[in-house]
Amino acid sequence: MMAASLDTGTLLLILAAAVATYITRIGGYILITRMKSIPPRMEAALNAVPAAVLTTLVAPAFFNGAWDVKIAMLVALAVALRFPGLIMLAAGWAAVMICRHLLGL
Amino acid sequence: MNRSDFKQGLKGGAIIALSSAPFGVLFGAVAIDNGLSFLETLLMSATVYAGASQLVGIELFGQRVEPWLVVLSVFAVNFRHILYSAALAKFIRHYSPLQKFFAFFLLVDPQFAEGVRRGESGQGVSFSWYLGFGVIVYISWNIATVMGAWFGKMIGDPASIGIDVLLPVYFLGMVLAFRKRMGFAPIVAASAIGSIAAYHFVGSPWHVSLGAAVGILVAVLLPLQPKDEPDAVAVEAEPR
Repeated sequence: MMAASLDTGTLLLILAAAVATYITRIGGYILITRMKSIPPRMEAALNAVPAAVLTTLVAPAFFNGAWDVKIAMLVALAVALRFPGLIMLAAGWAAVMICRHLLGL
Repeated sequence: MNRSDFKQGLKGGAIIALSSAPFGVLFGAVAIDNGLSFLETLLMSATVYAGASQLVGIELFGQRVEPWLVVLSVFAVNFRHILYSAALAKFIRHYSPLQKFFAFFLLVDPQFAEGVRRGESGQGVSFSWYLGFGVIVYISWNIATVMGAWFGKMIGDPASIGIDVLLPVYFLGMVLAFRKRMGFAPIVAASAIGSIAAYHFVGSPWHVSLGAAVGILVAVLLPLQPKDEPDAVAVEAEPR
């Protein structure tokens, strides 16, 4: 049976994590609106943010991944250049399943 | 509220809701496994609402790491959101304070990517659209968490059904959506090298913030664009 209890320490930990997360979500907006205008170099930096951050979630996963993960990500990369995201996701998933269950990688 | 915008948001968010559900299930299962109660597991998804950091947090919680270190790690994983809200600012300035309050609460990776894509394509980031997109992803995340907490033990090894590879592939797709932007290749290369190096020499979760810093530094140092070229819009940011 699942315990439906709340431990005070755990509760505080979760709420602290939630507050810390909310600060990261509102912080950038507060910083940027405090400034009157955005210098061009800063604009360039901000435009680079999404690709830069998302890359850090991808590159180590590829680099540290076993061969099955590497192959799946390469297949997904190739598929993504021509097809929409969901097909890419399916292709990556299919590739890793083939590697694991048929090729025994 | 604009109904058609809200519906468009729901539609766009539905795909994200579906593709993120496996991770919600995974979190629910892992959280129970690491000693959280059912209620605590749901509370974490409902209040923190940041998948990767929840998994990191629960992992450290299970290892009985000092609470302040758990919170700091969650903060580090989520640090990227500071950059998100800064980049999104120019598109949501017209929101009321209350709308902003909810908008920032719902600011997850796909919400950001899709919001910026929409803003840059000139469609405008109306609150109706934003809320539709955010609400469906939020609700599905919490339902998935509950399912994971209930059925977690039955899933067995996530690797054997290929769940573990979905997250990096999904993020890879998001990176590629920005490939038409100026400086894409050097920025991505720098972030990749930076994050891999940080992963090995500093350790997770700092590779996210450090790797991104390297890529952003490169973006700052690249020659500036001639005045106001309409920045190549992120193409097909997300499956629609």
